Amino acid sequence: MGNERVKERLVNTDQSNGLQGRRKFVQASMFGLFRIAATINGVALLIIVYFLVARGWRAINWTFLTQPPMESMTKGGILPCIVGTVCLSLGAILVALPIGVASAIYLNEYAKPGRLLRIIRLGINNLAGVPSIIFGLFGLAFFVVWLQFGVSILSGALTLGVMTLPVIIGASEEALRAVPDTYREASLGLGATKWQTINRVVLPAALPGILTGAILGISRAAGETAPIMFTAAVFYTPSLPSSVFDEIMALPYHIYVLATAGTEIEATRHLQYGTALVLIVLVLGLNLIAIIYRARLRRRMQ
Amino acid sequence: MGKEGGKTVSIRQRREKEIRVAFFGVALASIATLGLIVLFLFMEGIPIFKEVSVHDFLFGKYWYPTDDPPDFGIFPLIAASISVTAVASIISIPLGVLTALYLAEAASYRVREWVKPVVELLAAIPSVVIGFFGMVVFAPFLQEILDIPTGLNLFNASLMLAFMSIPTICSISEDAIFSVPIELKEASLALGATHWETIWRVIIPASISGISTAIILGMSRAIGETMVVLMVAGGATLIPASLFDPVRPMPASIAAEMAEAPFRGDHYHALFATGIILFLFTLLFNLVADYVSNKYRQVGAATL
Repeated sequence: MGNERVKERLVNTDQSNGLQGRRKFVQASMFGLFRIAATINGVALLIIVYFLVARGWRAINWTFLTQPPMESMTKGGILPCIVGTVCLSLGAILVALPIGVASAIYLNEYAKPGRLLRIIRLGINNLAGVPSIIFGLFGLAFFVVWLQFGVSILSGALTLGVMTLPVIIGASEEALRAVPDTYREASLGLGATKWQTINRVVLPAALPGILTGAILGISRAAGETAPIMFTAAVFYTPSLPSSVFDEIMALPYHIYVLATAGTEIEATRHLQYGTALVLIVLVLGLNLIAIIYRARLRRRMQ
Repeated sequence: MGKEGGKTVSIRQRREKEIRVAFFGVALASIATLGLIVLFLFMEGIPIFKEVSVHDFLFGKYWYPTDDPPDFGIFPLIAASISVTAVASIISIPLGVLTALYLAEAASYRVREWVKPVVELLAAIPSVVIGFFGMVVFAPFLQEILDIPTGLNLFNASLMLAFMSIPTICSISEDAIFSVPIELKEASLALGATHWETIWRVIIPASISGISTAIILGMSRAIGETMVVLMVAGGATLIPASLFDPVRPMPASIAAEMAEAPFRGDHYHALFATGIILFLFTLLFNLVADYVSNKYRQVGAATL
């Protein structure tokens, strides 16, 4: 009798083990799938970086970084491109940072929820979604032709600036949101006006976050090609820029030109890899700085 | 004394009001820019419709803008854009959403601290570098293993585009999954559901609007991306018949031809008009994304 009972229980556990086992198996395989997906992303990043480093590092030396291109761009360096990219991305951030931070201040500190705020947000979201080539067309029609800035650093920086605007607004808003309301209440309670509170209390507290956003904005602007194709960058220019109305060379455009339109595409392959490596080191470097800086900030906040 | 005090207060108040108005003015900059973009696209694009009807422009099967007489039919370009976006989505949606689920649900804190930056760095790689990689590394590889005439084709471009939209899909989905109220999860686990059952039956349904928004924005990014399709898609203005046909999506056509198009000639106007169509596509994607995320906003446990 007792024996049978034990048997029954064994059968029962067996059955429930089977079901339980299947559920556990499904879970394990799904989690395995998650892990595979995440790994694929990492592998993709590694493969791209690996090929650029493995094939590009030999091209990089002091001459490459400090000399202009020579012999119809089959030899020499990329100094004008580096200078051009630095000018364009700094110019872009000069345009985008003040407007972006001010927009974020309005959205986070002043605006009350309602239809107007919805419309402004919709505008920002849609601006963020505009394809980069459309910014290029807009820059050509508006800055280059209509405002008569010509193909110049100014046109390119303005085009890149409006393109980076949503990035800056997003990052600044997040930084402002992270400032605890108690800061504002304390300042207002001491009799400060709203602007004094924002200027002396909220902005300083949000500054590190805003700077992180600015770094990301610079890196985004530095890597873009399509917006500067018709507005700032040229195939080749012998001299470094002397004013904002000069046309310039830029790293991303240089890669594109050498890889597709050069007369000796195969012969300049090492220069292409070298240029791509310089660009990616610049962009990923800026991003790493931002990521590490932000992680530190978070830890300090906690 | 009291009167003077009142005066300074009112000056202060007026100043405050002015500052508020100034900030409001700056906040309109984004909308103003968007308006200017639309205005100038249409101003430079509309003149082509004096030469070609809207119907012939959209559905014309031949794009030979430099022939005499020229053909301005962008149907092959639209078909190419839609097909690269579709193929890219087939790759990027599962990878992006699964990675988001991994980050939000399965990964330990330490792993997450490593994987998240990887996704962010993937997002940060300039499009021209991905295009370059697709052109000089992946295309020869593809050509060799599949024994096809060219590695620069629809599939190659789609794969490169997929890895550009994965970060968008992943990070927005992750935010949505992360913001599902913990009570829902705890309730499901307390009823004896496994973690996976909880994810499948509770967490995904609760965050589906955010995940959908992420997917739409990812697709919008793919259809508008220029450098990758310019360098990798192959450039033939054909309506694609196979996964390995060379194609010429709209952004590629604009970027490749604008430099040669005579200023304010028909070709120039036709490229701007192509820009209008591309802009309308992304606008539609963004408006749908906005509608979905507002209409089905996640409000606490009320989503279920």
